[in-house]
Order: sequence, then C-alpha cells, then structure tokens
Amino acid sequence: MSFLSYLINGLSLGSVYAIIALGYTMVYGIAKMLNFAHGDVIMVGAYMALLSMTRAGLSPVMAVLIAIVVCTVLGVLIERIAYKPLRNAASSLSVLITAIGVSYLLQNLALLIFGSNTQTFPSVVEWTGISLAGGQLNISGVTIVTILVCLVIMAALVFFVQKSKAGQAMRAVSEDKGAAQLMGINVNATIALTFAIGSALAAVAGVLYCSAYPSVTPYTGAMPGIKAFVAAVFGGIGSIPGAFIGGLLLGVIEIFGRAYITSQMADALVFAVLIIVLLVKPAGLLGKNIQEKV
Amino acid sequence: MYGMWKKMKKTTKSNLVTYGMVIGAYAIVQTLISTGNMSSLIEGIMVPVCIYIIMAVSLNLVVGILGELSLGHAGFMCVGAFSGAFFSKCMRDVITFGPLRFFLAMLIGIAVAALFGILIGIPVLRLKGDYLAIVTLAFGEIIKNLVNAIFIGKDSRGFHFSTKEVMSLIIEPDGTVLINGPQGITGTPQDSTFFIGFIMILITLFIVLNLINSRDGRAIMAIRDNRIAAESVGINVTKYKLMAFTVSAAMAGGAGVLYAHNLSILTANTNNFGYNQSIMILVFVVLGGIGNIRGSVIAAVVLTLLPEMLRGLQDYRMLIYAVVLIIVMLFNWAPKAIEWRQKYLSFGKKKKEAVK
Repeated sequence: MSFLSYLINGLSLGSVYAIIALGYTMVYGIAKMLNFAHGDVIMVGAYMALLSMTRAGLSPVMAVLIAIVVCTVLGVLIERIAYKPLRNAASSLSVLITAIGVSYLLQNLALLIFGSNTQTFPSVVEWTGISLAGGQLNISGVTIVTILVCLVIMAALVFFVQKSKAGQAMRAVSEDKGAAQLMGINVNATIALTFAIGSALAAVAGVLYCSAYPSVTPYTGAMPGIKAFVAAVFGGIGSIPGAFIGGLLLGVIEIFGRAYITSQMADALVFAVLIIVLLVKPAGLLGKNIQEKV
Repeated sequence: MYGMWKKMKKTTKSNLVTYGMVIGAYAIVQTLISTGNMSSLIEGIMVPVCIYIIMAVSLNLVVGILGELSLGHAGFMCVGAFSGAFFSKCMRDVITFGPLRFFLAMLIGIAVAALFGILIGIPVLRLKGDYLAIVTLAFGEIIKNLVNAIFIGKDSRGFHFSTKEVMSLIIEPDGTVLINGPQGITGTPQDSTFFIGFIMILITLFIVLNLINSRDGRAIMAIRDNRIAAESVGINVTKYKLMAFTVSAAMAGGAGVLYAHNLSILTANTNNFGYNQSIMILVFVVLGGIGNIRGSVIAAVVLTLLPEMLRGLQDYRMLIYAVVLIIVMLFNWAPKAIEWRQKYLSFGKKKKEAVK
C-alpha cells in the first residue's frame, strides 16, 4: 500500500513539475533561451496568492486568479525589458547571464519585501481528500486536484498549439523566425504570448506546489524551477507532451528516491537523471535531434 | 629601463601591469596593517578577498576564455576545501610545522579538485551553451549534497567511513570524528594568512595569463570563437576544453583550501559552496569584463570591500548586484546598445574594424 501512496504522491509532485516544465519548454522552443527566472516567477505567484488570501481575505479562486494575472504581466515585462534587447546578440551566453540576473533580482526583491522567514501557506484546496482500502490509502485533496489540473492544462495547451491560429504562429516562429516573419506573423507578439502563457502556468504551479508543501520563502521557486528544467530536458526540450512525461517521471523518481534510497540525496538523484539523459540521449525522450550546420 | 618597456610586447606589458597592481595593492594594505591604520574588520576580510580573486580569475578562464558558462564553480571550491581540511586535520599531530602541512594540504586540495574537474569535464564538455550551464549547476549541487552525507572517523583501528549518520561509524572512545556530515569539519588549523593568499593570487595570475598567451591558450580561444572552424584546422577540441576546465577547477580547489584554513568550522551549505556562491563569482567575472583577467581581480576586490565599508548597503547588496548585472549585460551585448555606443561614445578612439 505504501508503494501506491508513494506513486500517487510522485505523480502529484510530477504534475507540478510538468506544469512548470511546460513554461520552460515553450519558451525554449520559441526563443531558444533558458529562462532562468521562470522558477522565481513561481515564487512570486505563491506570494501573490498568499497575500490575497491572508491580507485581503479573498477566496482561493480569486487568489489564484490574481496570482495568474500578476505573473503573466511580470513574465511579459521580464521578456520585454531584459530578454528582447538581447535577442540578436552575438553571444548566446549574454541572454543566459541576464536571465540569471533577473532570477537573482526577483529573489532579492522578495527577500526585501517579504523577509527571509518561512511563511505558512494555507492550502487553496479545502477538500480533505479520499480514503481508500479501509483507511490504508489516504489521498489528499491537493494531490488529486494537482493531477487533475495538470491533465486539463495539458489537454488545453495541446489543443491550443495544434488548432488555434496563435498556436500555429508559435510553431511557425519556433521552426524558423525569419520565414515566419515573412509570412506575416508578428514574431514579437508571439514570443510575448509564449512568455505570458508560461508565466501564467508558473503561477498555477506555484500555488499548487505551496499548497502541497505548505510554506513559502523567497527561495521556494529556485529548486522546483531547476528540477522542472530537468524534466523539460528529460522529455525533450521544445516538446509539450515531452514536458508532461518528463515531469511525471521525474516526480515519481524523486519521491521513490526519497522513500526507498535516502532523503538527503533526493536532489542529487534528480540531477543524476539529468546528467544521464544528456549523455545518453541529449535530445530527450520525445525531442528531435538537430544537427549543427556550418 | 624605458627602452626595455618600449620593446616589450603589448600583452607582456599588460600582464606586468596586472602583476604590478596586485603587488602594489598588497604593499599598501600590508603597510596599513603594520602601521595600525586598518580597521580589524577590513583586515579580517583580506583572506576572503584573496579567495574571491582566485575564484573570479579561475572562473573567467572558463567563461571568458573557453566561452562556456559554468555554474558549479563553487563545487570545485568545496572539493578543495574538504580534501585540504581533511588532510590537515589528519596530519595535525603528525606534521607540526604549520607551513609545510598547509603546503601539502594545498597540493592535495588542488589535485583532488583537478581530478574532479577531469571527471566532471569529460561528460559535461560534450554539451554546450545552456545545457552545459545547467549540468555544471547540477554537479555543483550534487557535490554539496554528497559532502553533507560523508561521515569519517579515526581511531586506533584505523579509519571508519559511513554515509548514514555519525553513530554508525562505531569509533572507539579514543578516536575522533573527522568529517561529521552536515556538521562538517571542525578544528581545522587556521593556517591561511594574507601573505599566502597574496602568493596564491600571483601564482593563479601567472598560470592563467601564461596559458592565455600560449599556443594552448590561442587554441582554446579559437574554440570559443568558432568551434567548427577550430576543429577543421586540426585543433583537438575535447583536449583543450578539458585543459581549460581542469586548470580552472584546480585553482578553485586551491581557493577552497585557503577558505577551509581560514575558518574553524567548515560546513557545506548553500551560501558558501552552493549555487548562490557560483552566481556571486559569476557576477564578479561579468562586472570585471568577460575574458578580462585584470577586470576580474578589480571587480572581486571592489565588490567584496564595498559592501563591508558601506554597512548600510548590506541589505541591498544582492539586489544592487542583480540590477547591475542585468544593466551591464544589456549595455554590453544588446545590438541596439552597441550601435548607440559606437555612435555617441566612440569619439577620440580609433574605430576598430570588426572581423566578421
């Protein structure tokens, strides 16, 4: 029975990773950059939801909506101010270092505004969950909601990218920016839209993550952010189903590692997965292998 | 004398200026200390300043000269610190002559860090760009995690090793715990001095500056500028990448040994050997100028001393670093900013023809 409960917890954690990884993978696919600050947008989302619930006394649904709006605006602003000027820079390192700077900025701003103390995060899911097999298998409400939300987001996103006009524009821009522009696609708007969607997802992930592990600090977003990037690479960066599969697998691996091997080394285990994936199959599970051209 | 200076190559002159600057700064600080004009607070951070200079210079070798972003530099410092401190603690009663023991600890720390540099470099350097950055970050975190899970004790029956907890070492009452997992190593002899740090900086600069201006260094920079072109003229890409990476790791290990022998308690946490530290060193490198060794030295000194002198800024220190980092990157690299600079800030300077 404990195996089953670990599996479900792993899937739940994996769902959060998958939602974050979607943001990474879409941005990477379209802007060819690793948005290091993505993890910290999660933290901002969590703080926004926390403030809306505790200070303003709003309902959880409103709190989530506010978090989504704030993060979307933040994501678009970050792209506009810090990343867009560097889009055609000579060195690809420059935008990565700038992204690290943005991540650092968000963390330290949060540190100044909210302080370094760990704050308790009230769960947005009031449902206590279900108890199966005569009380041997308890699944919390947050766990179920997280998995369901992840499935809904996945389905909606796949539909959006495959069927809608804006989604087609996204795929076109990620394929070939220049050609897309010649076809009359507004490249800047499409990239901004990608950042907006990614950041909105980060807000959802932040709220779900902090509901499951009920605390938030200025550094809350950093670790899940990096792990979600691992998940995105695992599944094949640029691929939306890849991010989903990678996220779920990584969550399960982490929870099993914590339970059956050692809790101290769980982070190391996740990173070991990344290293092995990159060495054995650098394109990831569902990624395409791109040959470097001269 | 002037004739000699005129005959020298431009790079030799530039290197001599760098050495002269370091020696001059050391002389001034040493005079201030011996005449009692230096506050004990500033005197106390002189060894950390040396450590940061070595870290910044060695990271600049990877970021500026090799052109790859390493986010796990503090991990190598961690390896060097723990292996050096472990040796010193074991040998505390065997070798009583401090400088000799410290010298050996330094060699061991550097050797172990270099070994880790090779072991990590072989898989990591097959990647490039963003992937390489994130994998070095991963290795840095793994090293920190591993060090926190090591327990080593020593008694009359020899060494005991465990990865679980200190009780499972089963040491006899006469034995001692050498490495106590998350509690780290306590009681390392405090052998680091400002003078040793100064000598280490000179050695680091000597190695890096000579490497850059050697045949090997030019090969490394050729790989940075165009890997495929470098490969096609017969440069062994893997070999030279590994060379730069390992030398950089070894020097970070040396900085780690210096760090370990400056403190009585050595633990591995996020702030000293984690991701934050790696980023901080990166900030030094970026602000000093990527690829500019002298700039790294100056940035490391200024950015370590400034917050100490302006105590009021302590809370805003990291925030200011972050903002400055973003602004410097945008100003230096954004195509629009480059255009603007060439238009308005190029008077008096000869226009350089860009090689494309």
